[in-house]
This record gives sequence, structure tokens and C-alpha cells, in this order.
Amino acid sequence: MAKRIDISGLTAYYGSHKAIEDISMTVEPRSVTAFIGPSGCGKSTFLRTLNRMHEVTPGGRVEGKVLLDDENLYGAQVDPVAVRRTVGMVFQRPNPFPTMSIFDNVAAGLRLNGSFKKSQLPDIVEKSLRGANLWNEVKDRLHKPGSGLSGGQQQRLCIARAIAVEPQVLLMDEPCSALDPISTLAIEDLIGQLKERFTIVIVTHNMQQAARVSDRTAFFNLSAVGQPGRLIEIDETERIFANPSVQATEDYISGRFG
Amino acid sequence: MASTTPVDAPPPPSPPTQPLDAKSGSTGRAGDKIFLGLSRGSGILLLVIMASIAAFLAYRASVAISQDEGNFLTTFDWNPAGNPPVFGIAVLLFGTIVSSLIAMVIAVPVAVGIALFISHYAPRRLAAPIAYVVDLLAAVPSIIYGIWGALFLVPYLEGLNLWLDEFFGWTYLFEKTEIGVARSLFTVGILLAIMILPIVTSVSREVFLQVPKINEEAALALGATRWEVIRMAVLPFGRSGVISASMLGLGRALGETMAVATVLSPSFVISLHLLNPGGGTFAQNIAAKFDEANELGRDALIASGLVLFILTLLVNGAARLIIARRKEYSGANA
Repeated sequence: MAKRIDISGLTAYYGSHKAIEDISMTVEPRSVTAFIGPSGCGKSTFLRTLNRMHEVTPGGRVEGKVLLDDENLYGAQVDPVAVRRTVGMVFQRPNPFPTMSIFDNVAAGLRLNGSFKKSQLPDIVEKSLRGANLWNEVKDRLHKPGSGLSGGQQQRLCIARAIAVEPQVLLMDEPCSALDPISTLAIEDLIGQLKERFTIVIVTHNMQQAARVSDRTAFFNLSAVGQPGRLIEIDETERIFANPSVQATEDYISGRFG
Repeated sequence: MASTTPVDAPPPPSPPTQPLDAKSGSTGRAGDKIFLGLSRGSGILLLVIMASIAAFLAYRASVAISQDEGNFLTTFDWNPAGNPPVFGIAVLLFGTIVSSLIAMVIAVPVAVGIALFISHYAPRRLAAPIAYVVDLLAAVPSIIYGIWGALFLVPYLEGLNLWLDEFFGWTYLFEKTEIGVARSLFTVGILLAIMILPIVTSVSREVFLQVPKINEEAALALGATRWEVIRMAVLPFGRSGVISASMLGLGRALGETMAVATVLSPSFVISLHLLNPGGGTFAQNIAAKFDEANELGRDALIASGLVLFILTLLVNGAARLIIARRKEYSGANA
């Protein structure tokens, strides 16, 4: 249930504006890879190219290769809808479907796939909610609307919804930036558990968070406003924070800019 | 925004020329008072107008109904000038509801389709002109619709009527038992559908455009196709808005006068053979008879107007109930 991602020569555009340029890296399976860097460096854009969400934005297009094990997500025969069923995503702001109950939110992705027996649904929903450390809090109100939960619970509901379809990879775009410290801690604990089953990529503005949750860290930067973002370096998280090989990384981590 | 000020921040320096006595800023307060008076006055005025319309209708209606020798609700006739005067609203109530229902059945799905096309499918270059053309339909006066209906729709619908009669006659609804041109409730329904299309479309379109981007992205990221995004995120979010839009359209269809009066060949019969010419609606009947009515006749027409008024209120109330029942899922609290 976890695959390696090999990215080579990836460039992404918004219309004529080049947002990120020539990024190559490998994301290891069953580990957490964190993307850090100043605002506008393209780390979220890069994340969204990994499940082909970038091209949903008007004008968005991508050049380069993203190999999931050996399959190119940008191959001519590949259906972006199928990619998104394999590579799940959690967003910055919790976004449960407001018109659905907690149960239906978790079941939403499964109902799209349709490859399950109806009688299995309650079991899968329970398993996913347990997997997101949310079951005990919501088991008595599964048929109440998901929008009635707290922000942190809503975000864990979104994680349950994403893992219910058993994706190969889980992308998280600043999943804690709208949450209080306690809810953030709950999500970080959860990420630690989820990495045993999934390949996880997380974008974060919070360097302590990257240091706490990730095994490897990638630092992105841009040379000037309006210039495309680039990958500066990617390494073991401990090395990035203790002894990075590029000066710009050290400057950013020690708070000298960004 | 006092709550955002840190506790230990120094107090903001007070502007030296503005003493804090009661008179300072008095112009602002006078403005407040005037605006409060205006808005409260408008609110009260609205209630007064509504109450006086209702009182007027109720009074004149009660005069008429007390002199009606037939049953006002069940009589299939309208002869307030006769001796004894006999009139009833059964045919009008039936015709109004049936023609409006036909209009809704045709217009709402088409309008939702157009609204979805404009908001989610059409490229931007195409979306704006289409939206404009649809809005333009609302600007056509209803008498023009009536003339177009009578000169174009009625003759051209005869072919459709024959076809419906032949293949769907077994449904009873589409069985045509009387010979005559298509001046029927069915034709009126089609015409009304075209007339309410713009309002239902533009309100639905606005609602669909307000669906939060993050909800649509949530569906996309789960691997939803475009249609599945619409089914999961857009339609549920827009549901109450579409109901409101439909009720606005229904309100117009129920009260439409000139177009119906121009197309329908009125008669005081109730028939579920929708293709047969004949039938009547409240507004059409009032328009057709008001000029030549005697005093009792006018009161009788006003009484039928009161029933239309109540019908519209009931329809709006029902719509509110439907919306309120799913309020916690409405998305407003997301």
C-alpha cells in the first residue's frame, strides 16, 4: 500500500508564468517527506503536480515525469481521475462535504470507486475513522453532519476520507496551518502512525513540524519574486536541520530569511 | 476590534481636537437615526401594504362569496351575472396548478442544466454571452410571449400533440379526445416554462458559482470525474438555492396573465387530457372578465384572486419548510 515516487525534470506553469522549474527527487515509500521553503517558492504547486491537481487550475500545465513505482502519472494513456484515486490529498483548510454526514464523508471516495460490497461499508468507515484517531469521538454521531465537528476533528475526518480508499500515497498541504496546537499535535501523532502504511508527503510552513514528523526534508527556494521556485536540496531531516550542504538552507532554517 | 489589541500595548493617543463629550460625532448619530427611521419605516410600510391587500381581498371576496348560489370551491361555472349568480373556482384552481406544474417539470431540469453548463462546463468566453442571452429572455414582455405562443407555438405544437397522442396516449394525460388547435393547458405549460426559465437559471447559476472551491477540490482529489464533482459537491450545496429559484419561477407561472390569456381557449371544464383545448387559470380568467363584469362579477373575480394569493403563500411556505428541514446540512455552517 505504499509506492516510491520518482520525479524527474518537473516544471509547472500557470499560463505563461513558470511556477517551479526542473525539479527532480525521489520520495521513499513508508516514510514522511516534508517540503519546506518561503512563501511563493512553489512547494504547494509541486505537491499538487503529484496527484495531477495542478492542471485543475485554469492555465495550469506540467512538463516532466512523475513515476509512481514504474508508471508515469503524466503518460499519454493515464487518466488523471485514476491518478487521484491512487494518490490521496489532505488540504490546508479542513473541507468535509458540508451536505454529508460524517459516515457519508468517509464513504464518499468508496462510493466513487464502487469496488466494494455494500455490507462492507460500515466496516471500512470504522476502520478509516480508527485509522484517523477519530472513531471514539464520533462513533455515536456518525449520521450527524461533518461540518458540526471542531476544526481539528474535521481535518482528521478529511484524513479518514482520504485513507478510506487505500491510496498508495498521501499528500498533505499544510494540514495543520488552520488548527490550534492541541489539534496539530493530534495530527502529527497520526502522521507518525500513517507512515507505516502510506508514502506521505507534507508541505509545512512550520520548521519544527517538519523536524518532528518527517524522515526526509526538501528545501525549496526562489531566487527572486516572480522567478520559478527550485529544489535546493533534499536529505535526511536530521542532516538538513543539523548540517545542511547548501548555505541557503542553513540561512532559512536558522531564521535569517523567509 | 478591541479584542485584537494586546493587553500590554500602550493606550492609543486620543486625537486632541475631539473631546469625548456627548455632542461630538452628533452628525454621525443623526445619520444613524435617519437611517434607522428609514429602514424601520420601510419594513413597517411593507407589512401595512401586505395587510391592506389581504384585507381588501378578504372583504370584497366575502361579499361575493356570500351571494354565490353555487359552491365557490366546487362549481364548474362562472356566471356571477346570472340569476341566481353561480360561480366557482374549481376549474381555475385546477388549470393554474396543472399549467404551472407542467412549466416546472419542463423548466427546472433545463434551467439547472443551463446553470451548470454556464458555471462549470462552458469556457469563460462562452459562459458570459450565454448567461447574458438567458437574462435577456427575462426582459421580453409577457404579451410578446403570448403573441409568439399563439402565432407560432400553437400551430407548431399540433404535430407534437399528434405524436404524443399516438405513442403516449395510453398514459391518459396525453390522450387527445377533442379536436381543435393546441390552445391547451399543455401549450400554456410549455410557454410558461420558457418564461420562467431565465429566473430559475440565473438564480441557480449564482448559487452554483458560490460553491466553495475547497469542496470541489475535495471531490476532485478523491478521484471524482467532473459529473461526480457536481453530484457530490455542487448539487447538494446548491439544493436549497435551486428550490428557492424554482419557487420564484413558480410564483411567476402561477400569476402569469397576458401570455396565458392570449394562448388558451378558455372553457369551464376540468380534464386531465392535457392536450385538449380549454381550461382556465385565475389570472387569465380575471383578465378576460374584469372589464365586462358587473359589481358582483368584480367581487367574484377578486375572490378568485384571493385564492391565488393564498395558493402562492402556501407554495412559498412549503418551499421554506423543505429548505429548513435540511438546514444543518445546508453548507451555510461549513
